[in-house]
Amino acid sequence: MKKRPTVGEILQAKGVSRRGFLKYCATTASILALPPSMIPRIAEAIENARRPSVIWLSFQECTGCTESLTRSASPTVEGLIFDAISLDYHHTLQAAAGDQAEAARHAAMKENDGNYLVLVDGSIPLGNPGFSTIAGISNVDMLKETVAGAAAVVAIGSCAAFGGIPGADPNPTGAVSVTDLVKDKPVINVPGCPPIPMVMTAVLTQFLTFGQLPALDKFGRPLAFYGQTIHDRCYRRPFYEQGKFAKTFDDEGAKAGWCLYKLGCKGPTTYNACATTKWNSGTSFPIEAGHPCLGCSEPNFWDDGGFYEPLSTGHFDSGEKLAGAAAAGVALGAVAAAAGRRRQAKFMKEG
Amino acid sequence: MDLLEFAKGPALQVAAYILVAGSIWRIVGILLLKEKPDYSEPRQSGGLLAALKVIYTRSFTASPFKAATMYPKMLAYVMHLGLFAVVLLFVPHIMFFEGFLGFEWPGLPNSVIFFLGVAAVVAGIALLVRRLTNPVLRLISNFDDYFSWFATLFPLVTGLLIPVRIGFHYETLLAIHILSVALLMIWLPFGKLGHTFLVFITRGTTGMVFERRGAKT
Repeated sequence: MKKRPTVGEILQAKGVSRRGFLKYCATTASILALPPSMIPRIAEAIENARRPSVIWLSFQECTGCTESLTRSASPTVEGLIFDAISLDYHHTLQAAAGDQAEAARHAAMKENDGNYLVLVDGSIPLGNPGFSTIAGISNVDMLKETVAGAAAVVAIGSCAAFGGIPGADPNPTGAVSVTDLVKDKPVINVPGCPPIPMVMTAVLTQFLTFGQLPALDKFGRPLAFYGQTIHDRCYRRPFYEQGKFAKTFDDEGAKAGWCLYKLGCKGPTTYNACATTKWNSGTSFPIEAGHPCLGCSEPNFWDDGGFYEPLSTGHFDSGEKLAGAAAAGVALGAVAAAAGRRRQAKFMKEG
Repeated sequence: MDLLEFAKGPALQVAAYILVAGSIWRIVGILLLKEKPDYSEPRQSGGLLAALKVIYTRSFTASPFKAATMYPKMLAYVMHLGLFAVVLLFVPHIMFFEGFLGFEWPGLPNSVIFFLGVAAVVAGIALLVRRLTNPVLRLISNFDDYFSWFATLFPLVTGLLIPVRIGFHYETLLAIHILSVALLMIWLPFGKLGHTFLVFITRGTTGMVFERRGAKT
């Protein structure tokens, strides 16, 4: 097998300065909540790492996750690091098509057996194999075949991580997540609709650096990015504490940048790094743009109540059932009173 | 369905049915009871004004008992006013009520609500300590007293813990808080917490009876 160049060699060839590279390592250490003493280790590991083979499988998805990754302001060091990964199979980005593309996937699997990473975006339909196929292969068959020799799997986006929009009620294709199918390999979930580019690259960087999975939460998400809620880190939080809420999208409160809780913000129950890492090279995030958080990195966010309904709203049925309960109360009260009157009359009679 | 969805949906819904049916049962059952015949000559006319007067005057302690009841009375006021503010003036709670009432009212900043909530909890604990240490009170207390205390304080404490977290996630604490509120709603009509909706009916009735008998109210 031809010896792959190290990431350090590739970065040098791309003209990335030492200062720029160390800055990236420091940023990565910071967002992964690692101590500064780990920066040299990250730098050393990245510089000396052989380009790991990455196979990116796209199933029932909208390509938003790939768009997010490729729309990171270019050129960035993260982008170059991604260049430094040997992306051997990716529908949207690869030049090859048809048999050639499939041959590239098989070649990457054979050459890097047991060492390659599989990145998956999109959910997998189990309702009918024909719902989604690639080169005539059903998604579930391709996933099982590709994952068999992988070192680890990264489920990119909420569809791959939790079923996402294809899995939303009534789930017409029988869509499932990667973790529903892959039980014998380490799986990292990087949900979001789409996930933050920096989060995707940092997760890969950490795997590249330490060769092991990061600390994960109960949903398999890296704690470094999904350990805190949007609400906890939101710059509008002081307005929540002061009880100042925008009531509509164009009222005075909205113009003054008040809290969007009343407009349905799911920030308090959403674990993601949007409020700190932000989007578009740290420009802003949805709440900063004036829209409530939809909770897109949480399981079943699509079916989790109305997007514009405050979190504190109860989910009641129609008022008819409540009116029925009131009528039942009246009837019970009347029966109880009648019984009381009988007792009273008996007492008066008997003394 | 996760715990929060269960709490916000079926749990709250069943609790609402029980609260409505139970409260109306208690009120209707009492209002439809036959009044005992009073054969004495009425000393005063009685009526609605007498009822309103006692509803007001019983909010304060009569002067001979002021010194003796000052401590529990103050605690009760702190607890009740704190509860009132927390339930009705905390903005996310107002949004909850707005969800089915269709209108809102002004709320208080979270810091004020938090302070009043803590004060209510402290007052509640002090009242329990008094109940447990006073021999007479302990003798006349039963399960209803203790469980009603628990059902009232539990939602307060779980609500106050939400911003503090103590290692739990927001959604877990919110679900526990809503479930504790559901417990309160279910228990409220049947125990001594029934005074929430009976207090003015009973006070008013007392006022009318006393007025008729010529008692000073």
